[in-house]
Amino acid sequence: MTPSLQLDAQGRLSHLLTTEGLPRGLLERLLDRAEPYAKAAEAGFKKDPLLTGKTVVNLFFENSTRTRTTFELAATRLSADVINLHVQASSTAKGETLLDTLKTIEAMQADLFVIRHEASGAAHFFAQHAAPGVAILNAGDGRHAHPTQALLDAFTIRRNAPPREGRRHMRFDDLSVAIVGDIVHSRVARSNIHALTTLGVKDLRLIGPTTLMPSGIEQLAKGIRIEHDLMRGLDGVDVVILLRLQKERMVGAFLPSLGEFHRDYGLTAERLAQLKPDVLLMHPGPINRGVEIAGDVAYGARSVILEQVKHGVAVRMAVMAEILGTAQ
Amino acid sequence: MTSILLQNVRILCPASGSDKVSDVRIAEGRITHVGTAPAADQTINAKGLWLMPGVIDLAARLREPGATAKATIASEAKAALAAGITTLVMPPDTKPVADTAAVVDRIHTKATQAGAATVRVLGALTQGLHGEALAELSALKAAGVVGVTNANAALANLLVARRALEYAHGLGLTVHVLALDAALANGGCAHEGAMATRLGLAPIPVAAEVAAIRQWISLVEDTGAAVHFGRLSSARGAELVESAMARKLPVTADVAAHQLFLTDAALEGFDAMAHVIPPLRSMDDREALRGAVAKGVISAICSDHQPHEPDAKVNPFPLTEPGISGLETLLPLALRLVEDGLLSPLQCAARLSTGPAAVLRLTAPRISPGEQALLTLIDPAARWTLQAKAMVSRGRNTPFSGQAFTGRAVRTFS
Repeated sequence: MTPSLQLDAQGRLSHLLTTEGLPRGLLERLLDRAEPYAKAAEAGFKKDPLLTGKTVVNLFFENSTRTRTTFELAATRLSADVINLHVQASSTAKGETLLDTLKTIEAMQADLFVIRHEASGAAHFFAQHAAPGVAILNAGDGRHAHPTQALLDAFTIRRNAPPREGRRHMRFDDLSVAIVGDIVHSRVARSNIHALTTLGVKDLRLIGPTTLMPSGIEQLAKGIRIEHDLMRGLDGVDVVILLRLQKERMVGAFLPSLGEFHRDYGLTAERLAQLKPDVLLMHPGPINRGVEIAGDVAYGARSVILEQVKHGVAVRMAVMAEILGTAQ
Repeated sequence: MTSILLQNVRILCPASGSDKVSDVRIAEGRITHVGTAPAADQTINAKGLWLMPGVIDLAARLREPGATAKATIASEAKAALAAGITTLVMPPDTKPVADTAAVVDRIHTKATQAGAATVRVLGALTQGLHGEALAELSALKAAGVVGVTNANAALANLLVARRALEYAHGLGLTVHVLALDAALANGGCAHEGAMATRLGLAPIPVAAEVAAIRQWISLVEDTGAAVHFGRLSSARGAELVESAMARKLPVTADVAAHQLFLTDAALEGFDAMAHVIPPLRSMDDREALRGAVAKGVISAICSDHQPHEPDAKVNPFPLTEPGISGLETLLPLALRLVEDGLLSPLQCAARLSTGPAAVLRLTAPRISPGEQALLTLIDPAARWTLQAKAMVSRGRNTPFSGQAFTGRAVRTFS
């Protein structure tokens, strides 16, 4: 059910709700499709007329200026008309109004909704209730999924990871990847697990304290290994994805203190020096300096964090083009 | 009133342990004859049909007073009767809460006016279900409650729980408990495990049930008071109840019918119809619950009926209201346990009638002359398909819609 809701009978992407269940070929196609957009932006040619006349609605029930901006930029660069709506969750506490919100905006002839909502399953809910021909793009639903973040992470890895010795191109199959931090609350972690293992990663370590490791996470895909010791988990990895610690969520019994988390799981220059020299350092942002990562490391030589931000626009353009545009 | 003669019916009478084919004559709301019987106004050839004491459902929300947009006492009492249920027991979490004799009286009056299934009430254990001050339990008992409970609401602390238990015990009232520690459940909506993790749903660990059961058992050990654990969901919970029973503690337990068939796999695709509290758990839990039903550790199967208006389930999963409209699947699902070879027909009848009657401290219903004719006539071979839109209950929220069943009530005597 989960994959079939986002793929039509021909296997084309009609919504993007989760990276789970998407075929490898489709993921690769999306990454391929992002490449020219990234190159064009780097060359200063930003605008593409592909989605002229289409209307994209950013429907955000959670505050996120950064993410919303990249979706807005992506849609604008594809020449779509963009509407930004921030809906206070409190005004949609009742189900009928949440559905009403969708139906009301649908009536304005929207073609694509970019939706972020605090409840897991919100994107599925909207996709199930959207009128035929109206597409849903999940920009983050609760702890469940954040598929474009996973795609841009994969894109960033593909562009920056060196090929294994003896190969002409990098292959995901060769990579060891570690995801570090608050796995339990992270939709980024879940979407990355599905995307990276589908793309071929066979060695995926999840690193964090037991309180931040959800039950049964190792069953999400093959090749997952859980580690509670940071340096043992990072041994020999090619890519480190640090997750943002939601400081306000940690109050209580998840962690004794942010300082203790940094002592055990924070990535410092000393720890970085023990990793592979060409390791890639990633973070979905915004970073908590001195918590997940030391300030001097965040924008150091191994960091591709700002590239992730830049690629966010190209990847989201690729997804919108795939869903709304004519076939390439 | 007319008299009725059921010929060649299979009589399932758990109280006497009897399972035999014979004739039953009913007149004036009473059983007049079992075996050789004089003619009656109406004769039914009941060959192949089963007759059991009327089904007693230990947990059914009727939504009245307070939430009549979802259902009413009359609508649900009628739906119950159509589904073979003669007695409904409703928890006190209505608006207003059933914490006074006046509210209980009002419910009884409404139910009598409806003229369908009998409605019995569990009184509130604490005032307003706030978990702090005891409700007037003696007055509630005088008003006819069949037990007391704080429903899904937490008690302030174990001292309140202990005093409530002592006080209820003194009155001869059983305390019904939904064992779910609120702090451990932590607002979750799904069984802790790979499915909840994959869907990103906030988990409810098994310990939320087990820790609560352990605490209550400790208090039973202190006080000797009777506690009924409702809606068990886990293997460890059932084990704990079994071990308490082995030590002769006065505890009983029931399970919602859906817990014997569904697991957290039903949450696939964020299906809000499978959103229930306590949550659907693992296959191992389901199998252990079935085993406990077979052994009689779980002596009652209930519907945990929670009818909703359609909008209650139209939302992203965590924001939907939990609960299944279960009256119309209670008996059919129990009959599936017979079909699955888990229960004999007589055991099935026991889990639906004498088991719950014992929990309520009611006289065991019997199919014998002179007894009140509260009876359910079943066609165990009837093949039918549940269609949500054709349900009699106001609530059409069920994960079983579209499923084929074998066996259902064909007539209910009440």
